[in-house]
Amino acid sequence: MGTRNYRRKTSHSEHGPGDGGRTGSWRVERPVLNKSLCIPCKRNTEACFICWLFCPDVVISRTIPPEIDLEYCKGCGICAEECPTKAITMVDEAKFSEDDKDKE
Amino acid sequence: MNKEFIEIRWHGRGGQGAITAAKIVAAAAFVSGYSGVVMAPSFGTERRGAPVMTSLKLSRHKIYDLSPIETPDIVVVLDHLLLAEADVTSGLKQGGIIVLNTPKAFESYKFKGYKLATADITAISVEAGLPHGMVNTGIIGSLEKATKLLGMDILIKGIEEEFQTRRPEKNSLAAKIAFEKTVAGG
Amino acid sequence: MHIIENGNVAAALGVKLCHANVIAAYPITPQTPLTEKLSEYVEAGEMKAEYIPVESEHSALAVCIAASSAGARSFTATSANGLLYMHEQVQWAAGARLPLVMCVVNRAVGAPWNVWNDQQDSISQRDTGWIQMYCSDHQQIIDSVIKAYWLAEKVSIPIMVCYDGYILSHTYMPFDVPDQEKVDKFLPPFRPDYALSPETPANLNTVTLPDVRIDVKGELAHGYMEIRYLLHEEMRTSLAVAAEGEKRFADIFGRGGDPYLEPYLCDDAQYVAVGLGSITYQLRVAVDTLRKEGIKVGVMGVRFYRPFPDEAIASALKGKKGVIVYEKALSYGYEGALASDLKSALYEYLAGTGKLPVVQNFVAGIGGRDIKTDDLIQTLRAATKGRVSIQPVWIGLKL
Repeated sequence: MGTRNYRRKTSHSEHGPGDGGRTGSWRVERPVLNKSLCIPCKRNTEACFICWLFCPDVVISRTIPPEIDLEYCKGCGICAEECPTKAITMVDEAKFSEDDKDKE
Repeated sequence: MNKEFIEIRWHGRGGQGAITAAKIVAAAAFVSGYSGVVMAPSFGTERRGAPVMTSLKLSRHKIYDLSPIETPDIVVVLDHLLLAEADVTSGLKQGGIIVLNTPKAFESYKFKGYKLATADITAISVEAGLPHGMVNTGIIGSLEKATKLLGMDILIKGIEEEFQTRRPEKNSLAAKIAFEKTVAGG
Repeated sequence: MHIIENGNVAAALGVKLCHANVIAAYPITPQTPLTEKLSEYVEAGEMKAEYIPVESEHSALAVCIAASSAGARSFTATSANGLLYMHEQVQWAAGARLPLVMCVVNRAVGAPWNVWNDQQDSISQRDTGWIQMYCSDHQQIIDSVIKAYWLAEKVSIPIMVCYDGYILSHTYMPFDVPDQEKVDKFLPPFRPDYALSPETPANLNTVTLPDVRIDVKGELAHGYMEIRYLLHEEMRTSLAVAAEGEKRFADIFGRGGDPYLEPYLCDDAQYVAVGLGSITYQLRVAVDTLRKEGIKVGVMGVRFYRPFPDEAIASALKGKKGVIVYEKALSYGYEGALASDLKSALYEYLAGTGKLPVVQNFVAGIGGRDIKTDDLIQTLRAATKGRVSIQPVWIGLKL
């Protein structure tokens, strides 16, 4: 019995983007990064990255600057809560242009 | 639309109050001679903001079939952004009615084969004195304008009863304004 | 008074009307709103009860067992893995002959994890010695809770009142809430033969020997086997007591009928579909459609699954050409539990009489897979043309 057969008979999921759909559409608030307060941005070194560490959905990249994947970010606000310099603020999603999302 | 048996599918987001809206319509229908009413939310894990559906069946007789609606007569969309995320017209009967909360003009939509009713419920609710985003009572006014099914009096009564302790007059006012301002046609 | 509410609220109202005074429950989807509602009633002073939040379902039933042993009318509710977690206590409560009422909001069991409806949870507890009642709508839910307390306290056997998760628990429909006065007339206060108290201490359910023994009073005390035999025997006679209760209920509340079965168009039917719970109501739509095609078909809901109303079922199905059993559970490695029990009853009463129907078993809705009315129509129609298979046939598989 190879691995493929085993996976047919059991419920076996692996990590990867998009299994729950385009969860970014669930957002009511969007995280916005102020680079002038962000430690890795200011120092141009790999430091802090607490937002990356705490994000429950792994949508923040461990890069300079940290990039937030808005396709999947659900707007939970944990990154804003945990950021030691308050570089991230949660902004009402409605303030962003609806033309970005409207695909009618 | 066969007024003996009506199936209405509501599309909203978790936390938006689609269930409450459907409940108010169900209760109004029940006292108006629809002795069979069944209202079911989408079953499963829930999350504020995620697209959800609620189904409402109205019948002159007790309803025995609780399975999901396949061919609705009416779909109610509480947030126009849902049009991009859910196939709201899936199964909608030919000539069926779409009731849509949208800031855009009625004319900007082209739903072939269906009737449409639009209103900017988000703005209307604020006009009525409700907090931003509480659209579930206004939408009832739009539904009634589009269908002339139950009569505003009984719906207003139902809204004020459901919201007894939470701004009943503002909620019913939202429905009244929505009734006036809803553009229906197609 | 008619209200429009969901099945969990119907159950909670039933428990409130019965003046349960100890509630111990652990939340689990889709039961959670039921227990939350009860906690609201207690908090608001509408119920004079102890609401005991516990850390697990096993503890929930343990608390109810203790409370009931001390003379309190107790209640708990659960689903799926919660029911499985308390399984040891489920067996205990039956052997201890305690008149508990527990709502089981039917849900699929893991693995894999699944929160949607099927009946594997309660069916897996079939052999425990609990009476099992199945409900097809909210009126039956609230009425069954009331009937269950009456019956349980009459025969000292615990009762599971089962109803479909989500399909009934979270769906809103109109039902009548009985008057408190009438419920009080139907259901007297709980007066057990014995209740634990410091004045009359006793050891309940301690080690009980294989054989009978002389106790401290010099009297003959039953051995384990007698005690278990009496559970079984009194479960059998509780069928008659349930019928008595049904009649009393009908006299006071003005509604009721057959205590064990809920037939629809079965009298002249040549084929009868059988099931437990809300699927039997959905089958009515299939029956109506097939009747228009001239097929003489009916559907029968089974209200009491345990004790199994074997005589009533055999009598109702005698001479039918075919019986089609739709189930949302099965005994893995064999077939649907209801189908097995039903075939056994039919064989017992009808073998050799020439009136033994052919039985077809369908399995549907496992893990909450939607049961389309169209599928019910197709499968029922096919079954009236001849048995599809000796093995259970699964509807809606997408292999």
